[in-house]
Amino acid sequence: MISAPAPTPVIPSFGGSDACVANTNSLFCPSWVSQNWGSILQPELLQHIELTVVAVVIGTVIAFVAALIAFRHGWFAQGFGAISAILYTIPSLAFFEMFVPVTGIGMLTIEIGLVGYTLLILFRNILEGLRAAPAEALTAAAGIGMTPRQTFWKVNVRLALPAIFAGLRVATVTTISLATVAAYISTIGLGAGIQRAIQNSFNTELLATGILTIILALVADALIVLIQRVLTPWQRAARRS
Amino acid sequence: MIDVLEDRVSGVEIEFTHVTKRFPGQEQPAVSDLSLTVEAGQICCLVGPSGGGKTTAMKLVNRLIEPTEGDILIGGKSITDSDPVELRRGIGYVIQETGLFPHMTIGENIGVVPQLLGWPKKRTTERAAELLKLVNLEPEMAKRYPAQLSGGQRQRVGLARALAADPPLMLMDEPFGALDHITRSMVQDEFLRVHREVGKTVLFVTHDIDEAIKMADKIAVFRQGGVLAQYAAPDELLAHPADDFVADLVGADRGIKRLSLRTAGELADSGGTAADGTPRVEAGTTLRETLALLLSEGAQEASVHGDAGPVGVITLEKIRQVAGAS
Repeated sequence: MISAPAPTPVIPSFGGSDACVANTNSLFCPSWVSQNWGSILQPELLQHIELTVVAVVIGTVIAFVAALIAFRHGWFAQGFGAISAILYTIPSLAFFEMFVPVTGIGMLTIEIGLVGYTLLILFRNILEGLRAAPAEALTAAAGIGMTPRQTFWKVNVRLALPAIFAGLRVATVTTISLATVAAYISTIGLGAGIQRAIQNSFNTELLATGILTIILALVADALIVLIQRVLTPWQRAARRS
Repeated sequence: MIDVLEDRVSGVEIEFTHVTKRFPGQEQPAVSDLSLTVEAGQICCLVGPSGGGKTTAMKLVNRLIEPTEGDILIGGKSITDSDPVELRRGIGYVIQETGLFPHMTIGENIGVVPQLLGWPKKRTTERAAELLKLVNLEPEMAKRYPAQLSGGQRQRVGLARALAADPPLMLMDEPFGALDHITRSMVQDEFLRVHREVGKTVLFVTHDIDEAIKMADKIAVFRQGGVLAQYAAPDELLAHPADDFVADLVGADRGIKRLSLRTAGELADSGGTAADGTPRVEAGTTLRETLALLLSEGAQEASVHGDAGPVGVITLEKIRQVAGAS
């Protein structure tokens, strides 16, 4: 798990004070990045990845179970859809703060917030995916002797994968970006660096953490696309023909 | 198709006994006191207007719909004796647009019932290859996805899937309905050829009377309210429609349609000899084609030739008698 948040340094973490860093007006000092990669940037990046993975995995599990129930019971679809939509409209900072009195300052509070935001996107996509199976395929499934359970897992869920992955991409990228806001609650992840850099007006750290966040989002998105390609080979086949 | 039974029969007899199906909230029953027997290995086409209950009647057989009254026997055994899921795995099922699973390869689609039945993987793969050959598709097709195939190819795969576990009975619900005219005719011929090889009992729902005439050993005509209007062989249906409704359904050109069911060879008068210059037809030519030839040539008669030489003469008058018979 994530180690206890590093205390915000009173003195700006300029590390070695070479000429570039000493001049606080410098836009970007590569020397600072290379000197502080192991001690600041890399740990924060790893924390950020962990925040994101935990949130997306838990969000997916909850959204999948909810979509499964909603697939069978229409009333649940509307109820859960409405709740997750309301969650989605709450400003992120307020959302994080809201849970502080209950769950305290730390990882749990942040994850509750991040999971909350993934739910709407994932729930809608999974449910839509489950409902997208062509009617003929479902008729055929019943007609050739699949049990309702087999039909659900072998046909509905498999055919929902493209929609699920579309949701996962949006949810993951959103979470990576939202997790930077979480630094207001607890100094975890790349958001901590961004916040520190703003407080200290230190351009190099602001740019470095900001760019790392963007790169992380792009890489995560590409990774999900890659996994999707492997798991849904029929989609590419359909596009090629 | 008279010679269908000669090759092989692996089908079972199927019998409807006083089957009625009423859907809640509907005044008319969908199927009304239906009693009908399809002999083992025969193709029975169910035709009629939409709302005539033909699809309902078919879905009663694999218990996608349960009857309100009556029973259906497959090979003398009531369908209520077995679990619906088990029953369906033993019955081939083909629907319009094939209902192929878009996310499975062709091989996986064909192997889906054997897989449900727990066949070893190797046997399933071999069976899929065997069936692809039977329906005239390349073995490499097994690795493709349905979206990569043409409509006609998909329909053949649908047929192969239904045959995978070698069921004695096949249900086909407007299977060729979505195909264009030429492809459709090809797939129909293909199906008749396959049927001659496998000899299954087939219930075949279609709204197209011409398709029924071409495919069926017997045709069951349904009218509104799921009432069986007539159950007869195509030739009989065309020659003697039971009432105006059936006559209307088979069409005013039923005489002409009848000509498609017979060949010149069957009707040729072996005593006669044709004068020089009369048109010549092969014994296997349908009377319909023969008539077209005579009309276009302005001839009164044609000489009919078989594999071993001339077999006789066919006259316009004789064709007219067949077309007009009632």
